[in-house]
Amino acid sequence: MTERERTTMVPFPSDAIIPERDLGTRPVLDARHLGVEFGGLKAVDDFNMIIGRTEIAGLIGPNGAGKTTIFNLITKVYQPTTGTILIDGKDTAGMNTIQVNKAGIARTFQNIRLFNKMSVEDNVKIGLHNRMRYGMGTGILRLPNYWKKEKLMHEKALELLSIFDMQDLADTTAGSLPYGAQRRLEIVRALATSPKLLLLDEPAAGMNPSETAELMENILKIRDTFQIAIMLIEHDMKLVMGICEGIAVLNYGSIIAKGTPEQIQSNPAVIEAYLGKKKEAEV
Amino acid sequence: MKKKRNSTFVNNLITYLIVIVAFVAVTLLQNAGMISRSLKGQLVPICVYIVMAVSLNLVVGISGELSLGHAGFMSVGAFAGAIFCMATKDGIADPTVRLILGMLAGGVFAGIMGVIVGVPVLRLQGDYLAIVTLAFGEIIRNVLNCVYVSTDAGQLYFGFNNPSLPGKLIVNGPQGAQGLSRISTFTMGFCLIIFTLIVVLNLINSRSGRAMMALRDNRIAAESVGISVTKYKLMAFVTSAVLAGMAGTLFGMNFSTFTASKFKFDTSILVLVFVVLGGIGNIRGSVIAAALLTILPELLRSFNDYRMLVYAVVLIVVMLATNSERSKQWLAVIKSRLSREEKGEAER
Amino acid sequence: MHLSFLSNLINGISLGSVYAIIALGYTMVYGIAKMLNFAHGDVIMIGAYISFCVTQYLNLPAWLSVLAAMFVCTLLGMTIERLAYKPLRSAPSLAVLITAIGMSYFLQNLALLIWGSNPKSFTSIISFGPLRLFDGQLIISDVAIVTVLACILIMIGLTWFTGKTRMGKAMRAVSEDKGAAQLMGVNVNRTISVTFAIGSALAAIAGVLLCSAYPTLMPTTGSMPGIKAFTAAVFGGIGSIPGAMLGGILLGIIEIFGKSYISTELGDAIVFAILIVILLVKPAGLLGKKIREKV
Repeated sequence: MTERERTTMVPFPSDAIIPERDLGTRPVLDARHLGVEFGGLKAVDDFNMIIGRTEIAGLIGPNGAGKTTIFNLITKVYQPTTGTILIDGKDTAGMNTIQVNKAGIARTFQNIRLFNKMSVEDNVKIGLHNRMRYGMGTGILRLPNYWKKEKLMHEKALELLSIFDMQDLADTTAGSLPYGAQRRLEIVRALATSPKLLLLDEPAAGMNPSETAELMENILKIRDTFQIAIMLIEHDMKLVMGICEGIAVLNYGSIIAKGTPEQIQSNPAVIEAYLGKKKEAEV
Repeated sequence: MKKKRNSTFVNNLITYLIVIVAFVAVTLLQNAGMISRSLKGQLVPICVYIVMAVSLNLVVGISGELSLGHAGFMSVGAFAGAIFCMATKDGIADPTVRLILGMLAGGVFAGIMGVIVGVPVLRLQGDYLAIVTLAFGEIIRNVLNCVYVSTDAGQLYFGFNNPSLPGKLIVNGPQGAQGLSRISTFTMGFCLIIFTLIVVLNLINSRSGRAMMALRDNRIAAESVGISVTKYKLMAFVTSAVLAGMAGTLFGMNFSTFTASKFKFDTSILVLVFVVLGGIGNIRGSVIAAALLTILPELLRSFNDYRMLVYAVVLIVVMLATNSERSKQWLAVIKSRLSREEKGEAER
Repeated sequence: MHLSFLSNLINGISLGSVYAIIALGYTMVYGIAKMLNFAHGDVIMIGAYISFCVTQYLNLPAWLSVLAAMFVCTLLGMTIERLAYKPLRSAPSLAVLITAIGMSYFLQNLALLIWGSNPKSFTSIISFGPLRLFDGQLIISDVAIVTVLACILIMIGLTWFTGKTRMGKAMRAVSEDKGAAQLMGVNVNRTISVTFAIGSALAAIAGVLLCSAYPTLMPTTGSMPGIKAFTAAVFGGIGSIPGAMLGGILLGIIEIFGKSYISTELGDAIVFAILIVILLVKPAGLLGKKIREKV
């Protein structure tokens, strides 16, 4: 991958930073004092993060730090115990997963969750479910609207699949796709809901270096084409440092560092979290 | 893609054709007097069980929830339809029109029951949902055993646990519905099958059907792309209940009298056997399995004692064959061998 | 008036004790194999038939017939697990449930072929005579006394077994996390097999006690009590041994009171209505733990 021009990050209210180009637009995600407890155990505590309109943000941290839990809180798979989440300025208090998706957040899963028995194209069409609507009666009676919308959905699905060059796989059963293609299909399905913020949970897991490089290009392409924000959890530091503009580091459920890739790489707290204190390592 | 849309279309067409050809063939044979009395008596029940199996498959195969109370909806439809047909006996002269309206009434009441049962039940999942549908089926049967309905001078009277009603009793508690005129016909059964197939097949291949299947394959992922769990689970459940109710009316009006005990848990299981044998999620399979398994015991009378035993064994064997690790490995081996041979031949 | 209330209460506790014994089998299997063993109710019926045959045709003493029933049911339970459930360990729950329903149907129809559809009249295995209190105004049947005592003994025994013995600890480990238990050297297959054995032996006892109290024995005898016992297990909190006990006894009392004070015909409907309400309001039951799905 060629060296990219670094985004200039500028301070945003309180302690956050967003890309300079996103100044003047409302941040897509504004999470404040987010926290959740499971049976008295604080899994996430006082999590604050602001993501700019077209920012690619990274969330990193050691295993078990609570990264996926953050995604689950944002998408309301778990209800936060404390704090607020604003999506595009809208408070999501009391919303469920479905409403959060309609508000503009789509995600992928760490352990891939596709509709395995359905075709690749149908998987994408499920993503289009709330964008191209017709009722149950229209479907049963095969009214003109059914044919019109189904045609549109078919075209749109193929168009989205072509981002990853997957249009030829449209008729394949999703469950029988190779691992990498399954990960890509999850991204396409999430994109089909036309989100403002796309959450990717370890998109490069299980990919080889060349696949990862291709994925990085595609993530940038998605951001540029759809002008959306992307937040990703990833252990592959090459990917994170290569494309993320703002990075937050999580350890034991709390943010220990925030900043640009350069700032994170030289932050002693981060190095300690990943490598452990010298003394502890010896014990 | 063209290929796939065509293959779904052809697949559905074959299903319709099978039903139509079978109907024409049986009608011709019947006219030629070549069908035995006992088989003739089974024609309407066959249609009923096909509709039951197809509608249950919508819940089990497409929506992915095991319902063990399908016979409960059938009984609601049977009683509602029977009461309607008896009450309008003098008002609607044409028995076919009366039966169609009766089936609609049966479908509507079963559908209402479907909503009443479905709204609370569908918040549950898996085994709990199955056991609660079973419980509801039993409650419906229990309650129907206490219902008394009579008709007097065009007026309907209802009693709960109270048989002393004015006029002629239509529904007599545990003795069930009585004094019915048997207006169900094979032709009506055929029409109901076609209606059911249109509803179910078109629903499956539409936006709503896809949503149901998405929830079946992965509920959490479906929610993450904005699919409402309650809406589509309920849609499948209620549609299935409506169709079961219509089948119930057809079934009830095939007898001069029937009781709620005809719609026991056993009936739900029988229909489930049809669905499993025909292939979970496979509509055409349900049609064929329901028809064959209803005729077969009639043809093999001596086999009757063992019928349910064999069904039970078949249920277990089919589940083991399609789901166990070992049989899956075998299938994979066979498949790869077949494809290797094909490749080999192609190379030659 | 008060005495009839008291007698209903005693009948309820006695019936509830039978439910509790059956529910223990359900709850242990559900806790460890994470499956609803639909055929459990029919193992009860087989147990009762075995006991019936041993006393009736072989003229052997009652205690021996109970042992014989326990022996046969234990074997039966383990065989069912080995043949039908073990191959489906990783299959979707729908497939497992349908298999279990198939197994239930198989047992019922097998019994129908062997013993016929005519009900057999079961002679109570307990015959030391009822207990008369308040000048004979309150009669507590001998079966009721034995049933409640048996239930308490089984409960104490199982609590000791799961808490103190090696196999009991293995069971708790498997029910917490099958994979981790295996890594710690627990033989998961054997543990599940033993669980089925214990559950089925208890089912045999329950069958004999049930038929001693309600002496009509038919191939379908076990299915209703089976489903109600599952209700009891859910009521108490599935997976919890004291929960099964509590749920069973409460359900027995509710059923008897419902039948005598509300409506005989609707007795079963009341029991099932309770199941539905509990599942909706408190799905984890009275003493159960809430389980969170991992995303």
